[in-house]
Parts: sequence; C-alpha cells; structure tokens
Amino acid sequence: MTIRELEQKANDIRQDIIKMLVLAKSGHSAGPLGMADVFTALYFDIMNVDGNNPTDPNRDRFVLSCGHINPVWYATMAHKGYFPTSELATLRKLGTRLHGHPHNEALPGIENSSGPLGQGLSQAAGMAYVGLKMDEKPWRVYCVMSDGEQDEGQTWEAAMFAGKYKLRNLTALMDRNNIQIDGHTEDIMPLEPIADKYRAFGWHVLEVDGHNIREIIDACSEAKAIYEKPTIIICHTIPGKGVDFMEYRYEWHGTPPDASDIKGAPKKGTQAAEALKQLRTLGGRIQSEHE
Amino acid sequence: MKTQILIENLFAEDIKQVPIRNGYGEGLLVLGKENPNVIVLCCDLTESTRSQAFAEAYPRRFVEVGVAEQNLAGLGAGMAHEGKIPFITSYATFSPGRNWDQIRVSICYSGNNVKIVGSHAGISVGPDGATHQAMEDIAITRTLPRMTVLVPADAIEARKVTIAAAKMNGPVYIRLAREKTPQFTTEETPFEIGKAQVFRAGKDCTIAAIGPQVYYALQAAEELSKSGIDCEVLNMVSVKPMDDATLVKSVKKTGCVVTAEEHQIMGGMGSAAAEVLAQKLPVPQEFVGMPDHFGESGEPNELIAKWGMDKKAIINAVKRVVKRK
Repeated sequence: MTIRELEQKANDIRQDIIKMLVLAKSGHSAGPLGMADVFTALYFDIMNVDGNNPTDPNRDRFVLSCGHINPVWYATMAHKGYFPTSELATLRKLGTRLHGHPHNEALPGIENSSGPLGQGLSQAAGMAYVGLKMDEKPWRVYCVMSDGEQDEGQTWEAAMFAGKYKLRNLTALMDRNNIQIDGHTEDIMPLEPIADKYRAFGWHVLEVDGHNIREIIDACSEAKAIYEKPTIIICHTIPGKGVDFMEYRYEWHGTPPDASDIKGAPKKGTQAAEALKQLRTLGGRIQSEHE
Repeated sequence: MKTQILIENLFAEDIKQVPIRNGYGEGLLVLGKENPNVIVLCCDLTESTRSQAFAEAYPRRFVEVGVAEQNLAGLGAGMAHEGKIPFITSYATFSPGRNWDQIRVSICYSGNNVKIVGSHAGISVGPDGATHQAMEDIAITRTLPRMTVLVPADAIEARKVTIAAAKMNGPVYIRLAREKTPQFTTEETPFEIGKAQVFRAGKDCTIAAIGPQVYYALQAAEELSKSGIDCEVLNMVSVKPMDDATLVKSVKKTGCVVTAEEHQIMGGMGSAAAEVLAQKLPVPQEFVGMPDHFGESGEPNELIAKWGMDKKAIINAVKRVVKRK
C-alpha cells in the first residue's frame, strides 16, 4: 500500500474506533485514536502477518502491553481480515470475543492477554529470547507500550533483561502521548529523559512523529538493521488524534464518546456524530509529504 | 499397619534426611535429558533452589533473570507461548509471592504452560526469619483458575512431582522446603496428580497432611496407636486438584479429620479439605498450621514446635477432634 492508502486506512480505523466505543458505552478513546497510524503501519506494512493464517509459525509476534487501547487493535485486526468488521459492534458485550481488555484465547491473532500495565515487555522479551537464543528463528517481536506504564517497575526489569541479552529481534514502540488517567505524565510521575533512560539500559532509541507513517516504517526498518541491541521507537502521538475536542485532552483517556459532558466538547449525545464528521473529512486535510 | 509403600524402618532414628528441594534438582536433570523443550529460569538463587546442575548440564536452556521476579513470570509466559516448558524458580515468598499478578494474568489467564517453583516455603526456613518464610503461597495459588498446586512430602516425591508437572499442559505451582527432612517414600510409592495416598490405614481419625508434616503425621499416628487411637494418614500432595474421593472415603470411616501443613491455617490445604468436606461429608476438623501470625528467626525444629506444626501438635489436635465426634 502507498503511504496515502495507509493514511486513509488509518482514518477508516479511527472511524470504527468511535463507532465501537459508542456502542460499548465504556472504554478508552484518546489512546486508540492516537495510535491508529502506528497500528496501521505495523499491520499493513511492517509486520509479516496474515489475517487468514494467524498461527503461522513464521509470523512476526505482536504483543500489546497496554491492553486498554485495544479498540485500535481490534479495528486494525478486523481491517486486516482476522475477523469481520461487523463483529466490532460486540466490543465489551456478553459473549463477545472482543473483551474490554484483550484475551489471547478469545480471538485468533492475539498473542497475549493484557490490561494490568507493565506485563507486555517481559512476555515480548521471553518470545524474542526463544527466537534469537534458543530456536534461532527469523521472526521478529513487536511490543507496543504506553508511556504511562513506564511507571511500572516490571517494565524496567524487562528493559534490563533485553539489554543484557542484546535481543536485536525485539522492537518496542512507545505511545508517547504524555497523558495518563490522572493527568499529564510529567505531572503524575515524570518520565523524561525517557530516551536517555532506554539508552542507558542498552537499547537503540529512535524518536518519530507517531502520525507520520513514513517515519514509523523507516524507524522499524532501521531497527531491523541494528545488531547487538533491542530497539525502542518513541512514537510522539497526539491523544485523540483526528477529533479536535479530544486532542491533547487527558479527560478522554478513559471515556467513550457520548457518555458524559466534558469541558470543551460538544454536548453528550452529539459527540460521536461530530467526531465522525471530523474524521470523514480528515481525508482531505491529510498532508502527505510523499505523494 | 500398611506401610509397605513406604521405607522399612519408618521410625528409625537414623532415617536418611534430605532436603525436599534436592528432588526438584534431580527431576530437572531427568527432564533435561527427556525433553528438549524443558527450560529453567532463575532469579539469582540458582544453587539454593537446586537449579545449578541443570544450568551446568544445559546452559542454553537455562536463563539467569537476576533479582526480578515479576519479569521472571512474564518471561516464562513469553517462552511458554513459543512452545517451551519453563520452570520459573525462586523462593516461594518472592515467586508466587511478589509476582502474583503476573502469574494470574500472563500465565494462568493466558493459559501459558509455566511451572512455578517456590523453594524455601514454610516456617522451617528457620533463621532467615519471617520475611523468607512463605506461609501464604498455597492460598494465593490455589485460588487461581487453571492452577495445579503440588506439595511433595520428601525429596523422592519432589522428583516425581517435577517430572509429572512437565508432562501436563498448564500452570503448576510446586512448593518446596529448604531443610533436611526424613526421606520416607520409595521409588515404588505411587504418585499421580489429583490423587492422595493412604500412607497408613486407621479407623478413628484421618490425618491429612502435606510436605514435611506428612512424616510428622505418621509419627503422631504411631504414638497415638499406643494410647488406642487408630489414625489413618493421607498424603495430600495434590492440593489442587484435590482427591475428594480418597478424602471423603477416609473420613466416612473415621468420622473426623486433622489437617496439617506449614502454612497459614486460612486458605491453606486444610481450608481446601474443609471446602470439600463441608459439601460432601461435614465432620469435626482441627487445623494444624500457622494461626494468622508471622514467623520469626529460630532453628526449624524450635519454630515448628513453638508455632504448633510438629508431631506433638498433631497428636493434641487428634485428641481434641476425636472428642468432638
């Protein structure tokens, strides 16, 4: 797919995220919208994965550590052909395969259950260790983390481990959107200088605009060329990207559209319609430098 | 008396004493040879958890994790996801103590085939004191859906438990002890996950025990027989799944039960037995275990005597419970 096509795919995924959340009546809005470009780049360009063959032993492994942004994962997987997009309407409802936080046994293509923060990087490192050090396999491991979960000690235990064993087949992508539930990350528990911290732990560190699909793809390509180190790509994203009244607002971290009145947003009941209107027309506003 | 499945001279003063954890190390060596997917991860306690011999024999299949038990559980989950059978090894206070959430989500909920090995469990850890004496580990592991909980009674049984754990698919918690304790089972003693064994037949009281307390229960039964109380002793090695049928059958005959373990009374094997009996055959029960208290430093034999988990405590509990029939 061309960059332009990938950007349009990301926009379709954003619209599905809004529709899913409205029907679910609970869930997280800002993170999923902010990560739509990264997920699109991973699933439609970077990773060797096939929606029709989710257990292919040679597939790249994808681990989502911050399970709460799973609407973007589900929407991306549906678009990739893992399951019908119509099933997105079942998010969080009794009998669904799309649990509020992802469950590996519920849905083919989901490698790990997550939700309690900080657990993903350890599992990704475990997979990467087997692939690199024990079984010598060509597949790579991709792990998406939030910035908020850098507060968790386990994240740094895993970072130390991956650095020690030089897990070059491991690429982590951090959603650096600067928000967590209680406020801005630098107010709640400062993370900066986050890039230096990972460098000190033995990682190759890259920083990209998390809404520039070309940059995301290039960074993942560079990670493949780095030997002797795992790579982390700090993806600078805008939470709520694509919906002006959600962008940069931590109030939308854990809230779905139309569930409550939020300062600066349209009235409850009209938020989803306004968000979808903005997203539908965003296509005309995307400025791609590579056209 | 039917003790032929145990060693001869069961009560000899010079009975061989071996730490239960040694059996784990021997089991790993057997597995290392049998199954290339068996791997061992350890948190800076390789020698004292008896993982050392495996680490030397199979260096590519041994992973040093450092003092990081949360990562230990997550790595184990990721490696199991790739088809390995990881034995994640530390002291029971740290794993499953510190990393219970990781065991819950990354291992049990995710259906990852990880074996959690907690050494140095119980008050018989001794001089290290309360911080290192895991007295809650059975309670926190047996409440996790899908978890199997096994507590071997001696080193030989620990070897069998280790090998059996690798052969079943699914998370298993294996509880080991540090101190030397009598080696009283034999190669021929039956062991099967989900089964209790009758180590002594009797008609007046059932003593259901795990770990080192199984031997103390046999000693107690021997002594009580002299005062006319005929006890049946069950080895409840498979705490979960529990062998309801063997327990109920025994209690139907004896009409009362004493449970004995080096664990908090709350939530331990005795509680598990009470859950079974309350539903299937309610009878008087006395609990030998830790009475909602932390341990302290001391010699192992001093501590199990002071806190009431030795032969004498079992004898007293039996005397109390038979009066309540």
